[in-house]
Amino acid sequence: MTTLFFWIFAVVVAGSALLAITRRNGVAAALWAASSFVGIAGVFVLLGAYFLAVVEVLVYAGAIMVLFLFVIMLLNLREADLKVVQGPRMHVGGAILGALFLAGLVWTCRRSGLFDVPLDAKGPVGETGAVAAPLFRDYVLPFEIVSFLLLAAMVGAVLLTKRRLS
Amino acid sequence: MTVGHLVTLAGVLFTLGMLGVLSRRNILIILLSVELMLNAAALAFVAFASYRGNLDGQVMVFFAIAVAAAEVAVGLALVIALFRIRVTVDADQVNLLKQ
Repeated sequence: MTTLFFWIFAVVVAGSALLAITRRNGVAAALWAASSFVGIAGVFVLLGAYFLAVVEVLVYAGAIMVLFLFVIMLLNLREADLKVVQGPRMHVGGAILGALFLAGLVWTCRRSGLFDVPLDAKGPVGETGAVAAPLFRDYVLPFEIVSFLLLAAMVGAVLLTKRRLS
Repeated sequence: MTVGHLVTLAGVLFTLGMLGVLSRRNILIILLSVELMLNAAALAFVAFASYRGNLDGQVMVFFAIAVAAAEVAVGLALVIALFRIRVTVDADQVNLLKQ
């Protein structure tokens, strides 16, 4: 059953990502990317990472994609502006690079026996409390630094979008 | 479902994001593709956290998502600031430093 759901989510993730990078229309691309993030949240649930699945849907498919859609609609791009893709050299080069990367990855996984270990729900269950324990015990300093980073990013974003800095 | 399958899925997602960055000129789509690549890394983190049997990988993904949110906010602010002065989102038109 887990395997069936994994394949369903894998098709959703990869298919949506492919559609997201090929759409001319920015709004369609952002919505397909959101669908891909929801698929990833599904895989997280299969792995027992419940907290991260919720965060993925809330932050990625929710906040970040809404921010993207806001900006795309704010800029109100003409269709002509969106019909710009790189030349065929970049496509071919990227495809070759990607194929090499994937082949190397699969070969390495096969060699190190990662395809032989089935991952049924024997791993740790990433519930909110279970994730919070290491987060607030071993990773308190990075947690505080991230809060400062978010504050700095917020101030920076407001400052960058101001019309005049005076 | 094995770790290999999950890492392969993460690799496919990363490759698609890389193709998006390489083949598109729209800065917004390039940013979107970078998000896909970040998610591929997150997927690999969670897969290996499950494989290793501890939650440190999941904590790392939590940090990665927080940093990604900050990155998107600043990146989109830069796109808006760029649009104010050049009225374009074409990455090839952004060559002021070259001139």
